[in-house]
Amino acid sequence: MKELLILSGKGGTGKTSIVGSFASIAQNKVMADCDVDAADLHLLLAPSVREKNEFLSGQVAVIDEDKCIECGLCQDECRFDAISNYRVDPVSCEGCGFCSHICPVEAITMNECKAGEWFISDSKYGLLVHARLGIAQENSGKLVALVRQQAKELAEKNGLDYIISDGPPGIGCPVISSLSGVSLALIVTEPTLSGIHDMERVLGVCQHFGVPAMVCINKYDINEENTQAIQGYCREKGVEVAAKVPFDNAVTEAMVKGISVVEYTDSKVAREIKSLWQYIDRKLQG
Amino acid sequence: MIISVASGKGGTGKTLVATSLALSLKDKYDVQLLDCDVEEPNDHIFLKPNITRSEAVSIPVPKVDEEKCTHCGICAEACAYNAIAVVKEYVLTFPELCHGCGACSYLCPEKAISEVPHEIGVIETGLADSIDFGHGKLSIGQAMAPPVIRKVKGLVDNNKVVIVDASPGTSCPVVEAIKDSDFCLLVTEPTPFGLNDLVLAVETVRQLDIPCGVVLNRAGVGDGKTEEYCRQENIPILLTIPLDTAIAGFYSRGVTLVEGMPHYKNGFIELFDKIKEVVDERTADS
Repeated sequence: MKELLILSGKGGTGKTSIVGSFASIAQNKVMADCDVDAADLHLLLAPSVREKNEFLSGQVAVIDEDKCIECGLCQDECRFDAISNYRVDPVSCEGCGFCSHICPVEAITMNECKAGEWFISDSKYGLLVHARLGIAQENSGKLVALVRQQAKELAEKNGLDYIISDGPPGIGCPVISSLSGVSLALIVTEPTLSGIHDMERVLGVCQHFGVPAMVCINKYDINEENTQAIQGYCREKGVEVAAKVPFDNAVTEAMVKGISVVEYTDSKVAREIKSLWQYIDRKLQG
Repeated sequence: MIISVASGKGGTGKTLVATSLALSLKDKYDVQLLDCDVEEPNDHIFLKPNITRSEAVSIPVPKVDEEKCTHCGICAEACAYNAIAVVKEYVLTFPELCHGCGACSYLCPEKAISEVPHEIGVIETGLADSIDFGHGKLSIGQAMAPPVIRKVKGLVDNNKVVIVDASPGTSCPVVEAIKDSDFCLLVTEPTPFGLNDLVLAVETVRQLDIPCGVVLNRAGVGDGKTEEYCRQENIPILLTIPLDTAIAGFYSRGVTLVEGMPHYKNGFIELFDKIKEVVDERTADS
């Protein structure tokens, strides 16, 4: 079984539209949405939820006012400035539990909090594992790991060849959690200075964790000079540019209709994405 | 006054709005721009600040003195992040999992644990014209953005108009960036993905009790549902920027909107005046 992860560094370069297209073309796969704090893949895949589970994670300190003697030790020692006036600010609390360990009168307990939900769904393109991190919650990395674990179990149980994951933007905790041990990372970038800067950083993360990566330049024709700069950079770093996909309003039009762009049109943008998938398919089989 | 710029979905134009707002206000106010998207900071590409100060960001991680350690295991039990483990005659520490809460060193009965700095990023400051500029950069391979964001937020100068550029999403890095703001600008695009993530962003700012308004970017693309949502939820659309290939062209080359197309400057000044009205009203009420 092979796992393909789509990343970008910068948000809004077209990850989800490309993943949605892969979902409609690829066979024998489980789809996974690892962008758990702003998940969008379900908008293209029309999932019907088969299984819904609570994501319990992280803890929040709660001070029992009746027991508290207002000694102030907890607020002096809390490194996250989460306690003031003998009350815990749940947003600032990192759930480390330090305060509960040191309270001389055992007035502080750590309560497990519901930090989100995760789902196994039947979509029009097969199985989808997705999640929703609770608003302003922590531990997105842990939820990503859970989504991947479920996708892997489903793929094994059903004898499927691929897991195709839509990754989060950035380079931090959820990206690292979605990246460890995948077969291939496809970096979707755009020919803007921001896109290039962010691609370089996310390629650095792939290299740091020893994950093979290739690049797709999306909307390559909005600035061909920058596209050449990306190709030059990739050549220098030994990273393959697997596709150049043109800008096309059809991508947004398809999104509005809630379908993948390869189903919506057979113009150049769709043909490029199809041949990108065929190329990746061969690479992963290979 | 602190104005934060967030979005939910990535790539909707946070950087464009933050940089152009700063440039539009700089002749009238003392302006500070803090880029808190520490995973993928981009504002510097557009404002080209003259960086004059750079400071490493570290978190304190445990260092165990094996001579003093009795392998009692209290530290490992106390650690909420599995960043320290005791196996028979060894203590293993995992700095990349550590949140720096300090519980292990405080609780060690033998005083065998000291704390040493573990570098996770850097903050840089300088001037971009008359704009007081600061940003943070999470190091490649590091997972934890919030401590770097906290350090950038530590630069806030309350005598200035402070613009805080946040990362995409709705989880801890975004909360860390936008909390304590007087107003949050939510930048979105009128597409199904943009709307789905705007709804999440609105829930986040409401949970933090921060007043918000919307900047509708790439107006003309997609559908009318975002405007409908804003009307229903009584969220003001404070600025509309049309879909325009000329804007995309400037952006791709690292040119800010108000430098490329100066007639937009008035729109940003009016945007600020509207924000100021809301903030002043709230201050008067409380």
